Amino acid sequence: MSWFTQALTSSIGKKLIMSLTGLFLISFLVIHATINAMIFYNDGGETFSHWGHFMGTNPIIRTLEIGLVLGFLLHIADGLWLTKANNDARPVKYAVSNASANSKWYSRSMGLLGTLILIFLVIHTSHFWIPNRTNQFATGEELNLYQMMLDIFQNIWVVLIYVAGCFSLFWHLLHGFESAFKSLGLYHVKYNGAIHFVGVAFSIVIPVLFALMPISIFFGWVY
Amino acid sequence: MATSSRLDAKIPQGSLEDKWEKYKSSVPLVNPANKRNIEVIVVGTGLAGASAAATLAEMGYKVKAFCFQDSPRRAHSIAAQGGINAAKNYQNDGDSVHRLFYDTIKGGDYRSREANVHRLSEVSGNIIDQCVAQGVPFAREYGGLLSNRSFGGVQVQRTFYAAGQTGQQLLLGAYSGLQRQVGMGTITMYNRHEMLDVVKIDGKCRGIIARNLITGELERHSAHAVLLCTGGYGNVFYLSTNAMGSNVTAAWKAHKRGAFFANPCFTQIHPTCIPVWGEHQSKLTLMSESLRNDGRIWVPKKQNDTRAGNAIPEDERDYYLERRYPAFGNLVPRDIASRAAKERCDAGYGVGTSKLAVFLDFSAAFHRYGQGEANKNNITNASESQILEWGKAVVKEKYGNLFDMYKQITGEDPYEVPMRIYPAVHYTMGGLWVDYNLMTTVPGLYSLGEANFSDHGANRLGASALMQGLADGYFVIPITVGAYLAGEIRTGHISTDHEAFVKTEKEVKDRIEKLISIQGNTSPELFHRRLGKIMWDKCGMGRNEKGLKEAIVEIRALREEFWKDVKVMGKIGDFNPELDKANRVADFIELGELMCIDALTRNESCGGHFREEYQTEEGEALRDDENYMFVSAWESIDTEKWELHKEELIYDNIKIAQRSYK
Amino acid sequence: MSAGNMRLTLKVWRQSNTNTQGGFENYNLDGVSPDMSFLEMFDILNEQLIEENKEPVAFDHDCREGICGMCSMFINGQPHGPLKGVTTCQLHMRSFQDGDTITVEPWRAGAFPVIKDLVVDRDGFDRIISAGGFVSVNTGNAQDANNLPIAKEDADDAFSAAACIGCGACVAACKNASAMLFVSAKISQLALLPQGQAERSIRAEKMVAQMDAEGFGNCTNTHACSAECPKEISFENIARMNREYLGAKVSSKAL
Repeated sequence: MSWFTQALTSSIGKKLIMSLTGLFLISFLVIHATINAMIFYNDGGETFSHWGHFMGTNPIIRTLEIGLVLGFLLHIADGLWLTKANNDARPVKYAVSNASANSKWYSRSMGLLGTLILIFLVIHTSHFWIPNRTNQFATGEELNLYQMMLDIFQNIWVVLIYVAGCFSLFWHLLHGFESAFKSLGLYHVKYNGAIHFVGVAFSIVIPVLFALMPISIFFGWVY
Repeated sequence: MATSSRLDAKIPQGSLEDKWEKYKSSVPLVNPANKRNIEVIVVGTGLAGASAAATLAEMGYKVKAFCFQDSPRRAHSIAAQGGINAAKNYQNDGDSVHRLFYDTIKGGDYRSREANVHRLSEVSGNIIDQCVAQGVPFAREYGGLLSNRSFGGVQVQRTFYAAGQTGQQLLLGAYSGLQRQVGMGTITMYNRHEMLDVVKIDGKCRGIIARNLITGELERHSAHAVLLCTGGYGNVFYLSTNAMGSNVTAAWKAHKRGAFFANPCFTQIHPTCIPVWGEHQSKLTLMSESLRNDGRIWVPKKQNDTRAGNAIPEDERDYYLERRYPAFGNLVPRDIASRAAKERCDAGYGVGTSKLAVFLDFSAAFHRYGQGEANKNNITNASESQILEWGKAVVKEKYGNLFDMYKQITGEDPYEVPMRIYPAVHYTMGGLWVDYNLMTTVPGLYSLGEANFSDHGANRLGASALMQGLADGYFVIPITVGAYLAGEIRTGHISTDHEAFVKTEKEVKDRIEKLISIQGNTSPELFHRRLGKIMWDKCGMGRNEKGLKEAIVEIRALREEFWKDVKVMGKIGDFNPELDKANRVADFIELGELMCIDALTRNESCGGHFREEYQTEEGEALRDDENYMFVSAWESIDTEKWELHKEELIYDNIKIAQRSYK
Repeated sequence: MSAGNMRLTLKVWRQSNTNTQGGFENYNLDGVSPDMSFLEMFDILNEQLIEENKEPVAFDHDCREGICGMCSMFINGQPHGPLKGVTTCQLHMRSFQDGDTITVEPWRAGAFPVIKDLVVDRDGFDRIISAGGFVSVNTGNAQDANNLPIAKEDADDAFSAAACIGCGACVAACKNASAMLFVSAKISQLALLPQGQAERSIRAEKMVAQMDAEGFGNCTNTHACSAECPKEISFENIARMNREYLGAKVSSKAL
């Protein structure tokens, strides 16, 4: 095995992949949330559609999108790989476990939270991204995503699923954001406080921003 | 008195200062090619064993190392708290090789061998160098240099330390050296193995029989030399500061096969341990001697005073060590501090519910350090409570882990109330008799560290056990073993099919089968507890002729009862801690008898051996140099039968004096 | 100290050897004093079992003062029981109530197979140290100890990492049975000291490789290891190991 594969397949390497893809996805969340937040201009989707069009047609962004899909797949595959290895590392489980005495439940449930997010993602992409890209391939035309949002978010169940997805994301980020830095070895008494603060703030702001979209549309605050 | 013809200490000629240097340059060597074909067995992986195994393997010998624990890192050296002495004179307070040598001989109450102790002092500095090079994180000053503290019985600061975990750090250093060689394939490590006998062929030690403690199988291992680094036998008292597994079995088997046992009655009772609380107690916990740097020991001036420590005003306290020994105060050697505590308690001044305890009080230290902090920070108007708080913080940094340990065990907070302490069995100065080369009376069989008798006389000074263990393992045995192994280069591999191996293995097997077949009514644990009580009551801190004679009778009866009534559960071919324990207790019982015989024979008081009939008017130990300046080396003849051989102790370089710390 | 008399129900894992199935046995125990240590309570249990002609419970223990690292019980769902910063042998019965049921299991990890009852095989730790947890300095090669000044802060940090007793509570506590706290403590100790610099890269690479080969799990940064560590080894060490290892992989010349 070359030093490179050796490094990446080691326990620390696997965490490195998890950390880097996680941070990459975090950066994607920033863009995604920012552009979607354009709906709050409440200008009939004009600003939103402008940027949506840019994201959907700009060749650089479209290329990066492939990276994004790969990022997701790597993050998921690595997660499955780690979960399997970690399960194998303890073939006989404890009869009594008082893990809450030593760690937070969400830090121990990243696989579960990730799976919930994945399920949500399937639903979410089948609502917007997949139909839009399929149409683009077929006709070269983009769909009116803004109108689609207004339609889809009339259904209370859809709104609830989206809000639940945002909760999963919140907890996933609450642990994942800080954890990514630790896996990279970035841990220092001087900066831990800042990383923690930004991590918590990010984990709250992004999911809240996302959750507000279906809620605002459902209640007719955005139309 | 002349030394027995059976004992040749092989001390090199020449002046004391030159002996070791000259010896090193004249000792026969084994060339590297031959070393690869010479096998050495090391039993025990504490400081002496781990350092010896690592060093011998580095030199090129093929080493097999054995320990009964699950890892070599667990040996009980790990529990040593306070520190390790070395004559570095880094503090510029007048220390020197000679002063360390002198302090050790005097501390040992003039019952140790000059040449060995001087060599120990000479190599002490190299130990610190070696450990630092390995990455042992000793305490340091802000300038980056090594820090030192004081220990009992000396007036210089020569003790190197790593918080209250010095033994741990030194052992992990030696262990890392050992594991490095394991990784390189030069040491084969046998953990969870217990040595159960020594195999002799034509009078020479040629190997051991060991039991695999997981499978119960007996294994034969041959070697050109066997090193017993198996620690002390303090657990003969049942309650001691030793680990639960610490035992005398390896040394005792060697004794039964011809190795003389020296000064068995020289046991060290450590003055600062947490007092006994009840009958189900399994062990005693030491509070490091370093605490006596800052803690003051006292009892109430009034007998049977039941007030809490804090409620007794200053002028009603008797700081008896400071009163009796103004020159050394609370830092008198261990034997003296222990005896003084026993004297006060026996006289009715003890504290706590059992009345078998004295106070170790830090309030003066809290105040002194707190005031120091205030001065350092230019605070002139600090309140008393602020000063105490700062003082406690300083003490916490120095001894925090010990204070925590005290609190966990007693449930009392020593930052608020004075600690209660009482002496407990800690170390055994006696052990297998060895010559200057550390070889026992069986050729090819060596003994290192606490398992041998050589360096501490009748009392060991604090922080000297770590020094001796590492000196023996790192610097002495690698040189001296050559004197014997140079003659073994033509021996070739020793077959374990030799009839001596077959016969010895059979004897071990028979004994194990006997133990398990008795199926009586009493567990090994209960026999051990009963033995411990006899030993502590009659061969403990104070001994007298009547008690010792009674003890011998009682121990003999106990031995007979043991072999009729012991109940060992479980199977032979299995992981069976009960069987291991029964085997060890059987040996402890025999050792207990010899200890009492030795104590009875030595009609004087010296160091840790205090015969109540022999004391000065002030209650100090009264030595009899004219008749007892010798090492008692006992040869095992048969059950209940030993023959005494004497090695005369000759002091050419030290003026013998009554030991005074006043 | 009070004599006290507690009554307890113990639910203890019994397993005769590595290759057999184990299971829980219930035992009632009387006459337990709050001043007893947890292991002394087990001594009484064993005396009781011997009296009843039953085989005593096998458990690892030695120094009984919290430093050898041999004792290893998983008590009521936590390694070394409910108290912070103590080993099983330092845990005292005053931490429990009269009438309590206490469940005791062995460390659970594929890399720590059960030998018998509560005794597990931790040889993997020794093999990890053999892979690189040392400074390669033969006896007699050392210079004078004070020729190498080391900042007090570094010496103190190295000591804090070196305080690890190798008990395996970190592995037992970790949801992934990861040994990273143990491994990182040794890597950190030697990376912080000038003596450890020469082998710094190779040490990190080899020790991590051996850790992986032993079958320990990966780190999820839950901090359970350091929360349960009887010596309170800091989690910072794991982060340091990550950067030591990744740095070594990127910069060392080993292909």
